Amino acid sequence: MNIPFTAQIINMCAAVLLLIAFAMLSQRRILSLINLFAMQGLVLSLSTAVVAYSSNQTHLYYSAGLTLLLKVLLLPWILHLLIRKLNIKWDVETMFNIPTIMLIGLALVVFAFNLAAPISQMAGTITKSTLGIAMASVLLSFLMMITRSKAVPQVVGFLAMENGLFFAATSATYGMPMVVELGIALDVLVGMFILGIFFFQIRVAFDSLDLKHMEKLKED
Amino acid sequence: MFDQFGLLPIDVALGVVATWLMLGIAGLLLQNNRLATQIIFPAGAVCSLALALAGVGGLSETSVAILPLGLPDLPFHLRMDALSSFFLILLGSASIGISLFSVGYFRNMANDTVALLTLEYHVFMAAMALVFMADDAYLFMVSWESMALSSYFLVTTNHEQPEVRRAGFLYLLIAHVGAIAILMSFGVMQGGHGDYTFNTMRHTHLSSFWASATFLLALFGFGAKAGILPMHAWLPEAHPAAPSPVSAMMSGIMLKTAIYGILRVSFDLLDAQMWWWGVLALALGLITALFGVFFAAVQVDMKRLLAYSSIENIGIILVGIGLTLIFHNFQKDALAALALTATLYHALNHAFMKSLLFLGTGSILHATGERQLGKLGGLIHTMPKLALLMLVGALAIAGLPPLNGFVSEWLLLQAFLLSPGLPHAYLNMLVPIAAAALVLAAALSGYVMVKFYGIIFLGQPREEKLLHVHDAGIWERIGMLCMVVACFVLGLFPTFIILQIDFVTEMLVHHSLGGSALKHGWLLLTPIQAERASYGPLILFFIIVAGGVITSLTVKKYYHGRLRRGPAWDCGYPEQTSRMQDTAEGFGQPIRKIFEWFMGVVKQVPTPFDTHPHFHSETHDRLWNLFYEPIKQLNEIIGIQVGKLQHGRIHIYLLYSFVTLLALLAFIQ
Amino acid sequence: MTYTALFFQLLQNALVLLVAPLLLGWINQCRALLQNRTGAGVLQPYRNLIKLFFKDAVLAENASPLFRATPYILFACMWLAAALVPVLATDLPLSPAVDVIALVGIFALARVFISLAAMDIGTAFGSMGARREMLVGFLAEPALLMVLFTASTISQSTSLITIVETLAHKQFVLYPSMTFAGVAFVMVLLAENARIPVDNPATHLELTMIHEAMILEYSARHLALVEWASALKLLAYMTIGFALFMPWGIAESGDWKAVPLALLLLFIKLMAGGAGLALMETLSAKMRIFRVPEFMGTAFLLAVLGLLTHFLLEMPA
Repeated sequence: MNIPFTAQIINMCAAVLLLIAFAMLSQRRILSLINLFAMQGLVLSLSTAVVAYSSNQTHLYYSAGLTLLLKVLLLPWILHLLIRKLNIKWDVETMFNIPTIMLIGLALVVFAFNLAAPISQMAGTITKSTLGIAMASVLLSFLMMITRSKAVPQVVGFLAMENGLFFAATSATYGMPMVVELGIALDVLVGMFILGIFFFQIRVAFDSLDLKHMEKLKED
Repeated sequence: MFDQFGLLPIDVALGVVATWLMLGIAGLLLQNNRLATQIIFPAGAVCSLALALAGVGGLSETSVAILPLGLPDLPFHLRMDALSSFFLILLGSASIGISLFSVGYFRNMANDTVALLTLEYHVFMAAMALVFMADDAYLFMVSWESMALSSYFLVTTNHEQPEVRRAGFLYLLIAHVGAIAILMSFGVMQGGHGDYTFNTMRHTHLSSFWASATFLLALFGFGAKAGILPMHAWLPEAHPAAPSPVSAMMSGIMLKTAIYGILRVSFDLLDAQMWWWGVLALALGLITALFGVFFAAVQVDMKRLLAYSSIENIGIILVGIGLTLIFHNFQKDALAALALTATLYHALNHAFMKSLLFLGTGSILHATGERQLGKLGGLIHTMPKLALLMLVGALAIAGLPPLNGFVSEWLLLQAFLLSPGLPHAYLNMLVPIAAAALVLAAALSGYVMVKFYGIIFLGQPREEKLLHVHDAGIWERIGMLCMVVACFVLGLFPTFIILQIDFVTEMLVHHSLGGSALKHGWLLLTPIQAERASYGPLILFFIIVAGGVITSLTVKKYYHGRLRRGPAWDCGYPEQTSRMQDTAEGFGQPIRKIFEWFMGVVKQVPTPFDTHPHFHSETHDRLWNLFYEPIKQLNEIIGIQVGKLQHGRIHIYLLYSFVTLLALLAFIQ
Repeated sequence: MTYTALFFQLLQNALVLLVAPLLLGWINQCRALLQNRTGAGVLQPYRNLIKLFFKDAVLAENASPLFRATPYILFACMWLAAALVPVLATDLPLSPAVDVIALVGIFALARVFISLAAMDIGTAFGSMGARREMLVGFLAEPALLMVLFTASTISQSTSLITIVETLAHKQFVLYPSMTFAGVAFVMVLLAENARIPVDNPATHLELTMIHEAMILEYSARHLALVEWASALKLLAYMTIGFALFMPWGIAESGDWKAVPLALLLLFIKLMAGGAGLALMETLSAKMRIFRVPEFMGTAFLLAVLGLLTHFLLEMPA
């Protein structure tokens, strides 16, 4: 196989991304969840930088830098602050048991690979096989959002989903226009702030961040 | 090889069938226990040997015969080609050991029970032989039904117990539902010609819709006999209820008649197959295998455990069939031959392995009177020879090298691995997932066998009476020794067996492994190419034995071999009763905990306030509630509705006759 | 079978036998250094073995012949397994007899025998250890097979020699499937060799035992053989890992001059691997026994994912 070295690195980053998505799915502790998210951001910025190097698109370097700043440094720092203020360093409970979730995750990966197969044949970049992996990590993060019963892991899942989308964009189309990227980054940041405020309110109302308590809002 | 006598293999086989029938009738008429066990059963064993040899002869040459029995325009057609011969070899060689075992096992039974048993046993074997040789639908159905009936009577030998009766009824019911499906598939296959011989069916071309209908009906019908999900409910009831030689015969051989049926219909009678049949068979086989092994891990009755293990092995065989269908359909015939070889090898292996274990449980039942694992234990001290024979069987079923179970699993895994890209994307994905499920089932069967062997033979006896039991009798041991020898031969010399199986694969998928398998001599099995895969079981066995022997001799020479006995260490705890070992439930508890959602587990746990705490847990088959109960209720509802036809009033009955007469007259017009 | 091949095989046999306790000693020494202890020295396992061989064997009164035969069977299986994996040269005449599937089968055979021997005495410890060992094995064996299958599909063969030769000669390509397979392999190695976080090799507390519980009743030469067999198993697993993921430096058939270099590289790899293992053990805590199936399930799923990734993304469709 004569794939150039940069493509191999990007493939490797894709694999590590999927690995981290699986690891987040099976994590039980919030601290390690946030650390995994930071690692995911690091891998993402590395792969963006490599894509930038191999395709000579300088705006991707800025993308990589922005990702590094935001997803590796700023957002995890905010999340650490949040969990320290909310005092929730305990274990994360899941709705089903972990092996079942992993099996569903595997099925989702298979589905995503199949979905991406015709599209990746049309894409003209050097990294077409990574589209399937990117979609798989998006679906896995979505699964993580569904199967957690506390609020902070759901937020981390949402952020991880955005990571996956970003990776899909860089691998298939050499990144999005800079404006779109800045816009998304700003949205994510603002969303974090708002969610943080909401967490406090939920805590005040229910005295716990367990989302099962939200069911009390139902008209019964 | 019978040419010197001027006999065709089929003549020998028919002679064996006739002899069996006569032996059975003789047994019934004689009503003498001693004569039956000392003359008739050994004679039956000799006939089995003759049948096996006839089968070997029949592999290379096809012979046909027509008997003047049967319907006026449809005499019995018989045919012994490579496929039939292979299964006749299976029947013949496995039943030698079972018949010899029965000589010792039935020794102390009542005269009339033994008489009936002899008749039913030999009719059973004769019917199975006829199923393998039948070349037209009528003979096939006649022998199929005889097989079902005789095995029903065999299963209900101890009909005084209600659960035996219930098991027999369930067995007969599902067997007949299957038989109807098989009959319907034959009906579709004859394609309107009205001629029910297999030869016509071979040359009839069916549209893909009807061909699929045939395949599905055959899969359902033969699957009901084989114990494929969801028609498996009779297996865990019927196999334990029957006497042990009968369980061995049913589990080892009768289930394979269904496999024979599926192979015959899919590859021989239908001229074109579709790939999705293979996918269906593969998926069904995997689900069956996993189901069987999960449930086997949580059983507390030793014969039920073996019954579920049979379900697992049938699932594995079906996986092989599915794989063969897929490869054959995509014209990858070398791989189809590999998959088919693996399937047939596994069927042959299972006949010996499972029979060995069932026969062993018969000896245990005879000696201890217990079937529950929780009442056995430590039998290796009082029944050492039986323990050694059963160890071989347990290791073989667990699929451990260098015995035979490993060879067929190895071949099947090679078929999975060597498969190149298949056209459909989803099919491509199927290969790693199916391989993963298969190795999972294989690993868990190791767990099941450690549980089975460990709780029965090892540890301390859980009951007082177990200290005074006798070992298996001489005939029982001889019967089991036949099986053990077969296991070793099949495990250590696979190349010779594959050469024989090649006749069958040549006939069904028009390709064989023989050329490539033996390219590097008979010691090494190289299915496709030596660089790609090779396995030398004899070398492996030799090296392990040599390693052990060298080590033990070296240690004894350079260091002393002093040994003394003392109480068990147990970390210094003084009290060790037999209640402190794992029970059968305990050993299966991790599996039950992991797969609780899959099985229906009913638990009764004590509260802290119970004065007499009691723990009880039962594992149910969920499919019973999901699948069988609704059918049963539907049946009852329909029955009630139809029952409304019966009023008891004569006028209405006369009205029925009158209306029917009018309708017929109008129809003729 | 040429004389050089026979020589290489015997050399490898002797080498693995001698190096296995050294590897164990090195790992224990690294662990001790990481935990700020002095440690017993790298040669301690040899001293242990010699001491054990000279002792009188004490056998429980109800031990059966199976119990007495198992250490020899175990030792023979592990010696064979370690002798098959190409570490110095790919010219091993025994290798065609046993491919990767048969190798996993040999491990399974050893596992079944030691579990049966554990159940033989009939103590609570033994049957508990047997149950836990079979539980770990039931998930670890498929995971290991899947990892080996990934390597087999990449090199289109299940023969260890062909796998090593193919992977060594391919250009340095980073396969995502091998990443998954690598992570899964490390997890399986930890589980099968009774390392933290699955099992503590130095414990004698019932709640934490898997491997130790099974060999509780063995003493003297039987225990020595069982301990040596465990060391050989660890060596076999590590060399399998090197063969799959770092196959460079192994001498080709008939190439005498490359053997000393291969030996040196082997020692470097083993030292690095051993230190890495000690680091992993020191950094993690032992899991609750009920978490072990999850851990193994994750390994299995990762291995399946690796194979799937290879089929779907790397194979030319």
